[in-house]
Amino acid sequence: MTITEVARIVPAGNWQADRVHSSLGFAVRHMDVLPFDGGFADFEAELREGRITGTARVESIAAADENLTAHLLSPEFFDAERHPELRFVSRALRRDADEVVVVGDLTVKGQTRPVELRGTVGEPVEDPYGSRRLGIELTTTIDRTDFGLDWQAELPSGGQVVANDVTITARLELVEESG
Amino acid sequence: MHLLGISGSLRRDSLNTKLLRAVAELLPDDVELELYEELAIVPPYDQDRDGEVPPVEVARLRDAIAGADAVLFATPEYNSSIPGQLKNAVDWASRPVRAASLTGKPVAVIGASTGMYGAVWAQAELRKSLATAGARVAEAEVAVGRAEGRFDDDGRLADDEIRDELREAVATLVGEARVGELVAA
Repeated sequence: MTITEVARIVPAGNWQADRVHSSLGFAVRHMDVLPFDGGFADFEAELREGRITGTARVESIAAADENLTAHLLSPEFFDAERHPELRFVSRALRRDADEVVVVGDLTVKGQTRPVELRGTVGEPVEDPYGSRRLGIELTTTIDRTDFGLDWQAELPSGGQVVANDVTITARLELVEESG
Repeated sequence: MHLLGISGSLRRDSLNTKLLRAVAELLPDDVELELYEELAIVPPYDQDRDGEVPPVEVARLRDAIAGADAVLFATPEYNSSIPGQLKNAVDWASRPVRAASLTGKPVAVIGASTGMYGAVWAQAELRKSLATAGARVAEAEVAVGRAEGRFDDDGRLADDEIRDELREAVATLVGEARVGELVAA
């Protein structure tokens, strides 16, 4: 892809996510009744010369109960001790009708798999402090078992307690680096 | 490498304790196994007593697990599950959450029973509890059925096939513990 083609999708320059106004969340269907929402509070993301990258600290996973947090960090789920970070690196960007498609590599629990994220890239806006800001919202659905997050239990009716499909959503408010 | 062996059976002539003793005799030179012998005196789990100063028996249990590079459990099967006293010890060792002696600890489960199946249900339940407690459960299983006939009069294992299976299980557990050492280094 040429620089010109990338430039039609994301603006030039280097942009860093404003952590306070960005989020990295996931949703997974629980007990086959509702999505359970979680997220990672400690993460960084940037858009640099047309490439989107992000890392998140597994330890910062947000759950309302300390026992659940401990279970999610344990070897049975994320294994935070051996795999403390999640990582995403984009390989290519393209447009598909109204959507932006970002193809890249996602690393979870030490396993790297190609993923396709879809969403929107806004127009840069001047903020009151002399910087420009840009909103990027991307989402994808992965099968957690592809990354070795295999824990499962069966419902009496035969369904799954925690679905294998997990929807990941990144809402990034990026600030342009000065200079 | 220091392994802790915990037998879920309390009786003197326990087949599971004999199984752990058999493991101790087939270890590589740089691996030793200490038998935990205080399971009977661990008090029942009580959150009111699980404060800054836990009961001394509990502190000793937690220290024994924390001080080991890996833990090998040998469980019998009582009523299709694990002995209550063994589960009780797992419960104490799973607290405090995220800073427990079992958190991230490489563990493996083997079992012996007088029945045909070698405590496979109890083993599965113990693995489930240990995983939920935050331990790193190694993919190893040795199920010694009809176990009373597999030890000689001196209580020594008289079955080379089982001995090979034990060797393999220990190798898997030790392998997990060695990965942990590399990660920590």
